[in-house]
Amino acid sequence: MSSPAILRHPEDTMQTAMPDAPPAPSATPQSAPASFGTLALRWYRLNQGSLRATAIGIASLIAFLIVWHLLTTYRVVFFVRFTNVPSPLAVYASFTKAIHDPKFLMHILLSCRRILMGFSLAALVGVPLGLIMGRFKLIHEIIFPVAEVLRPIPAIAWVPMAIMLWPTNEQSIVYITFLGSFFPILVNTLHGMSLVDPVLVRAAQCLGARERSIFREVYFPASLPHIFTGLTVGMGVAWVSLIAAEMISGQYGIGYFTWEAYSLVQYADIALGMIAIGVLGLGSSLLIRGAGQIVMPWRAK
Amino acid sequence: MSEIKVVAPKGHIEVKNFSLSYDSIEGPVEAVTDTQIHVKPGEFVSIVGPSGCGKSTLLNAVAGFLKPTTGIVTVDGEPVNGPSAERGMVFQQYSLFPWKTVRENVEFGLKMRGMSRSQRERAARTLLGLAGLEAFEKHYPERLSGGMKQRVGIVRALATGPKVLLLDEPFGALDAQTRVIMQQILTNMWQRLKISVLFVTHDIDEAIFLSDRVYCMTARPGSIKAEIPIPLERPRQQSMMMSSEFLALRRGLMSLIREESLKAMGGEITDLGMQGLNIELHGHSLADVL
Repeated sequence: MSSPAILRHPEDTMQTAMPDAPPAPSATPQSAPASFGTLALRWYRLNQGSLRATAIGIASLIAFLIVWHLLTTYRVVFFVRFTNVPSPLAVYASFTKAIHDPKFLMHILLSCRRILMGFSLAALVGVPLGLIMGRFKLIHEIIFPVAEVLRPIPAIAWVPMAIMLWPTNEQSIVYITFLGSFFPILVNTLHGMSLVDPVLVRAAQCLGARERSIFREVYFPASLPHIFTGLTVGMGVAWVSLIAAEMISGQYGIGYFTWEAYSLVQYADIALGMIAIGVLGLGSSLLIRGAGQIVMPWRAK
Repeated sequence: MSEIKVVAPKGHIEVKNFSLSYDSIEGPVEAVTDTQIHVKPGEFVSIVGPSGCGKSTLLNAVAGFLKPTTGIVTVDGEPVNGPSAERGMVFQQYSLFPWKTVRENVEFGLKMRGMSRSQRERAARTLLGLAGLEAFEKHYPERLSGGMKQRVGIVRALATGPKVLLLDEPFGALDAQTRVIMQQILTNMWQRLKISVLFVTHDIDEAIFLSDRVYCMTARPGSIKAEIPIPLERPRQQSMMMSSEFLALRRGLMSLIREESLKAMGGEITDLGMQGLNIELHGHSLADVL
């Protein structure tokens, strides 16, 4: 009974106060001098679910490493040949060497730069285009057929064409990265626009909103969840396209590094390149998820 | 309080010779036909009728979302063509903007009008205070209960000081207890603001309890079947719903609606038709059971 709001709407406050309350045991006011033991016990009970998931996750990763280690040390051949596959320790050794190697860091930086450019361009073109296509029927009718024809072509299939189209290798790689992420972003933005609740548009009109305000205040925020789905998918496809393009036509980049390691028979570097790609992909999708939570605070749990 | 202007009694709604039909493959379908209604400045008027009778269609035409096929809708003599902030609307589905906090939702109309941030913030706080929602101004709508959402919906519609308030079954999704509380809140706000209200509902008790006058509509194509003045004293108390006056009004409206509902369902269930069905239920025929 700490605030007048609680007195007035008991159920509402209950419901709304719950997510506010930190899971820390200090939120329970009745027993102030709780001992450390009881606090720890309560914290444990509140976080049991996530603790369990974390514990199982760590155990599973360790098990993966052990299986990998065993398969490679005993050079298992069972349909799949592990004879030349590097062991986790060998990969770790080449990792410690690589992080002191400016060349390896440059490969990574260049890949990141290409992703940043290709993906940002795709977002800067795809999101506004999707919003406009969703709002104006004529533009949709003109652009949609072209997009539908080009969309099923995998970005990798664009490599020869991209090399012809763009004067430098760097530009064609960025172009392929752009293409890979462009279509998922466009399609999801369009989908989001098509799902905007017409009653919300009416509500805005009744409050005096004109076309531009409705676009900015209703259509855009209502589509944001789907735009972010598009950005997440687009980021994944951007990495797929980038690595393929780098393997085929690159001179630098983490995809090129991985392919070069194979040509130079440096098997540990192959795995190192693959892990680097995985970590970078994971990191970039976490960045997008974080941005989504900042931009859409109403969807935070 | 200073931000809320006491509006001079304005908001005279007139709907004349109104009909609305839409095209279908089988030709034009009439939703509403030959309808006249009016709401005097400061009056509370309800429209009741069987489901699908076109009462929401009529309300949407007053709001400016639908154009009449024939006839005209005017507010204070000016024809309605398109939605405007002069006619505030409250929807059954609340339709709060999920990406705006409670206060931002209330501020929306003022923002559209170009009011400065600090001014509209103050106005919204005052209004939320009147509705007992000041503690929730920073919450997103998702975290509110149905009754609170609709309170925000009403406050949002009133924030721009509209001439009339249109409500489309606003309490239809609420439980019985919350409904009663919301009816009381709406009555209080209406009396304070002296605004004209057009209220669509299928709940007869609600219509009688709230209104000065009730229009009863016929089954589709909808038209006005009857206009019933509600002479109950104000302020009205919940206990009035047991009074003989109230019950008499209720009985009258009930029989009007029942007639139309049966029509809307495709006619009365006749004994003869029942016998024809010849369905047995535990040894009795369905006709006997009914």
